[in-house]
Amino acid sequence: MHSNLETQFAVGTPAEADSPPPVEIHDMTVAYHRKPVLWDIDLVVPEGKLVGIVGPNGAGKTTLIKAVLGLVPLASGKVEIYGRPYRRQRHLVGYVPQRESVDWDFPVSVLDVVTMGTYGRLGWCRRPGKSERELAQDCLQQVGMEALADRQIRQLSGGQQQRVFLARALAQSAQIYFMDEPFAGVDAATEKAIINLLKELRAQRKTVLVVHHDLQTVQQYFDHVILLNMRLIACGPTETAFTAENLNTTYGGRLTILDKAAEAVRLGDRPR
Amino acid sequence: MTTIAEWLAQLDDQTRTTLWIFTVGSLTNVSCGLIGCFLVLRRMSLLGDALAHAVLPGLAVAFLLSGSLGIGYMFVGALAAGLLTTLLTQALHKHGGVPADASMGVVFTSLFALGVILIRRFASQVHIDTECVLEGLLDYVGLNTIPVAGLELPRQFLSIAPVFLLNVAFILLFWKELKISSFDPALSTTMSIPAGLMHYVLMALVALTAVASFEAVGSILVIAMLIAPGATAHLLCDRLGRMLWVAAGVGVISAIAGRLLAVQFDTNTAGMMAVVAGACFALAVVLSPRYGLASKMIRNARTSLRIFSEDLLGMLYRLEELAVQRSLGRGEAVQAVGGGLLAHWELSRLIRRGYVVSTADGVRLTEQGRRHARGLVRSHRLWEAYLVEHLGLPHDHVHAPAERMEHYIDERLAREISERLSDTEVDPHGRDIPAD
Amino acid sequence: MTGLSITAKVLIGTSLLGCVAGMAGSFVVLRRRALVGDMLAHAALPGLCIAYLVIGDRHRLGLLLGAFLAGLLAMGVLTLVTRTTRTKEDAAIGIVLSTFYAAGIVLLSVIAHVPQGNKAGLSTYLFGQASSMLDADIAILSVVSLVALVVLMALYKELKVFSFDPEFARSQGWPTLMLDMTMMGTLTVVTIVGLPIVGVVLMAALIIIPGAAARFWTERLGVMLVLSAVIGAATGSLGTLESSGQLAQWLGFDPLGLVTGGIAMPTGPVIVLCGAAIFLFSVLFAPRRGVISRAVSEVNLRRKTARENLLRTLYELSEHNLEQRPPIALEAIRARRAWSPWAARWLLAAASRRGDVERKQNQVRLTPKGLRRAAEVTRAHRLWEMFLIEGANIASDHVDRDADSIEHLLTPDTLDALEKRLADSGALPEEDRQVPVSPHALEESESTPSRDP
Repeated sequence: MHSNLETQFAVGTPAEADSPPPVEIHDMTVAYHRKPVLWDIDLVVPEGKLVGIVGPNGAGKTTLIKAVLGLVPLASGKVEIYGRPYRRQRHLVGYVPQRESVDWDFPVSVLDVVTMGTYGRLGWCRRPGKSERELAQDCLQQVGMEALADRQIRQLSGGQQQRVFLARALAQSAQIYFMDEPFAGVDAATEKAIINLLKELRAQRKTVLVVHHDLQTVQQYFDHVILLNMRLIACGPTETAFTAENLNTTYGGRLTILDKAAEAVRLGDRPR
Repeated sequence: MTTIAEWLAQLDDQTRTTLWIFTVGSLTNVSCGLIGCFLVLRRMSLLGDALAHAVLPGLAVAFLLSGSLGIGYMFVGALAAGLLTTLLTQALHKHGGVPADASMGVVFTSLFALGVILIRRFASQVHIDTECVLEGLLDYVGLNTIPVAGLELPRQFLSIAPVFLLNVAFILLFWKELKISSFDPALSTTMSIPAGLMHYVLMALVALTAVASFEAVGSILVIAMLIAPGATAHLLCDRLGRMLWVAAGVGVISAIAGRLLAVQFDTNTAGMMAVVAGACFALAVVLSPRYGLASKMIRNARTSLRIFSEDLLGMLYRLEELAVQRSLGRGEAVQAVGGGLLAHWELSRLIRRGYVVSTADGVRLTEQGRRHARGLVRSHRLWEAYLVEHLGLPHDHVHAPAERMEHYIDERLAREISERLSDTEVDPHGRDIPAD
Repeated sequence: MTGLSITAKVLIGTSLLGCVAGMAGSFVVLRRRALVGDMLAHAALPGLCIAYLVIGDRHRLGLLLGAFLAGLLAMGVLTLVTRTTRTKEDAAIGIVLSTFYAAGIVLLSVIAHVPQGNKAGLSTYLFGQASSMLDADIAILSVVSLVALVVLMALYKELKVFSFDPEFARSQGWPTLMLDMTMMGTLTVVTIVGLPIVGVVLMAALIIIPGAAARFWTERLGVMLVLSAVIGAATGSLGTLESSGQLAQWLGFDPLGLVTGGIAMPTGPVIVLCGAAIFLFSVLFAPRRGVISRAVSEVNLRRKTARENLLRTLYELSEHNLEQRPPIALEAIRARRAWSPWAARWLLAAASRRGDVERKQNQVRLTPKGLRRAAEVTRAHRLWEMFLIEGANIASDHVDRDADSIEHLLTPDTLDALEKRLADSGALPEEDRQVPVSPHALEESESTPSRDP
């Protein structure tokens, strides 16, 4: 398989011929108990792109991310990050979970949460020092939240909480970011701030995979899309993969969404 | 060492016992309280309850196998039972589909029953008294001492002190790991700090702490101390570090106050300590500056007072605007904003502060009050205009939301809204929007 | 009543208690509030003590009333704390439980110092001793159990709606607060009458175990309630018989090995262990939900998936030349499936035992029989893919309802229907009815370069 891929890449851009892709999923099947959630997923994510993961509710978008990160077991298949198993590449990966997944009453300050991003690098038992805290401050500044560093996290709005999560991911200084619905329930200003940040990351040749809900903005935000509905429908550059036909396949008979999507496709990058 | 020994020797029995009870009680409470903070934050408080009960069969089996009541064997037995409880609970939950709380309930009651039976069946002649397991023997702490380096140290002290040190060392050493795996297990696992492993290590510590505390204070105080200090501290603090300090403080206070009260009422010391811890929690529920019931009530009352006063000012302003000749009487004005004692109180406060004057014909705004009221009405009408212009709400639907919002729109926001409006002169109902 | 032997009386009491505790417990288990029962049992102690201090132990009913009031107070405190503060329910339960119980312990030692104080009567409540039950106890227990049973049955429909979806129940105009109070009140009453039999710590078991065990055998609330009542009654009576040695006498041997030493065993723990045995049996052997049946079907599914994946891979690798059934290198198979060499070899050995493939060193070849099977599997797979595409919304509903309905488990009926539907819409290629061409365009272009000539 490996040799195949490399030849494939040799055909592509020569610069990438040597380095394996950031994320490669092969033959992946995931089942919760006996209920299959994803099966036979094969995909390759190119480096330095903003990648949208799109599909209806229950299509397995979050599961895909969790499976890549080893948070749910694979029934079969394998995942490689830059050509090696995920366990050995953890330091290259940043993760922004869904906002609901944590206890916002937890007694930590905003700065504490962002500093947590550096924990993985520190290794066991070492405490974060001055340099880690400075890095965290920097990351907070990048998302425009430095003024709120001392707040307890419950005292932030939804959008602000999301920005803190992003700052924490930045503090991970990863090469690849996985973000689970970062735009869910945030205000327009935060959405804009997030997308600017994503573009900034792309400029640094980082790869960002984002679970995304809003079909209208897919073309505006992402270079690359993964269309998912329990199985992979399409994976490729947005212009070629985000087509009416593929959307139809992904969303099946859900006409209302489909209509919206078709309209979005027809209108191209219509501003919101 | 010798000086401490001499000092201890010259104390009378009563004082020495009290001192030991303070020491052992505090050490126990602080050990439980510190580790309990993490249980509370991870929403696993009741696992503490379960473990505290379920170590009984561990003790029984350890005794049956070793034939002795040595501390070492008891530790091993309790540790095994504790981990078994955790494992069984998780397995039932994950593989059997039993809800987490029910699987915990089934496991610990079954193990406790097993423990009672094992003791009755095979070890009825020895002194593992189920009653003592529940209530503890803290009152007799000075009676059973072991000489160590010239000091007569109570057995209970020797069992809890190392566990206390272990807990503190563990928390200091793995601070960052404990913090992140409690806050965000998924992220922690992706960062090579496996949340599952931390869970089991924590459970092992809880089991150890429980068994070390048992003989002194009994399972009921262990449960109280695993949960109450942590929960109390959680109501008072917004930082993990401070929370642990407060929890430790609650532990020490409960130990000392509990003992003193127990002597006062001539009753069980461990029980009294748990009651004091519960009382600390109750106090925090009511009085916590940020999350307490009392402060919430005060905050709510303040808000409604402010709303009353702003409504009064706004109403008087609108009346002036309509050039109504007749002034409102005090009673009428209060009635118009909803009435009630608070409204009365607020009106008299406005009069005291010189926003409103009350004359024989009724109440009217002073110049100062008018300025203030103008700002309020401005906020209200700006918001109405904004709702109509930007959200397309029909005219007759915007008054109610604006009525609520006007109290929360400050100057900055008002300016921002006015910047986004095409017309800042007239509101949707055709009335003037007062200038700044 | 008075004519009965002690054992018979106790037997009546414990089975009634098990029955009604099981039923009331089913609701709290379903509402994820199982440990509230534990809290109530512990919280009753200070009530008992205060009632004792006030009226002495002559009036059993008075003691129980005290316990009941303490239980209600505990429920009230729990509700207040969880509704109004950031303290989560688990911590709140733990605090109420331990504080109330500790207060009880404190009061107990106060009682011990009172002249003529006799806490023996009260300590039966702590650890439970069914054999010390009086006729009055049994009478109270029976009446309470029957009343609770009637209440639960009368409000069955309401409690069902309320337990499943309280918001909906409120929107439908049911008095949810009343229902909640009735449910918790019933639980409190049952818990308190059970204390003299099983004691404070183990009362939770009688509440939780029957419901949790019954849940394994059924997916219907009505059936679950009946079952939990039966399991509760069985637990109570078996435990009583076992602890009195009656069971050993009848059977000729002692099933739990508890009374052989001739030492009388306390009833409460024995009852709980009987319950635990029934529970364990349910966990292991219940059809569908039981651990063994789940494990077996999981292993079967995994084996079937692997077998069919292998057949499909072989088919796809042979597809360019089906008549010849060309030999295929082991490496080629492994390149398409993320199997370890060991797993691949094991799968191939199994396949050749079934006569699906012939093996020659590092090469395999489908037999004619194997080809037929592989074609069938591939056809099902591709049909399923089309099904997903044609009716993604239907498919996901389908998968939700029956977890096993992935391609490997499509029934012949479904396949026929699918084929017909696809043929009707012209999606089933006519020239190759047996195996429709994979609609999975991506797979062909990106990950199967080996298929290209």
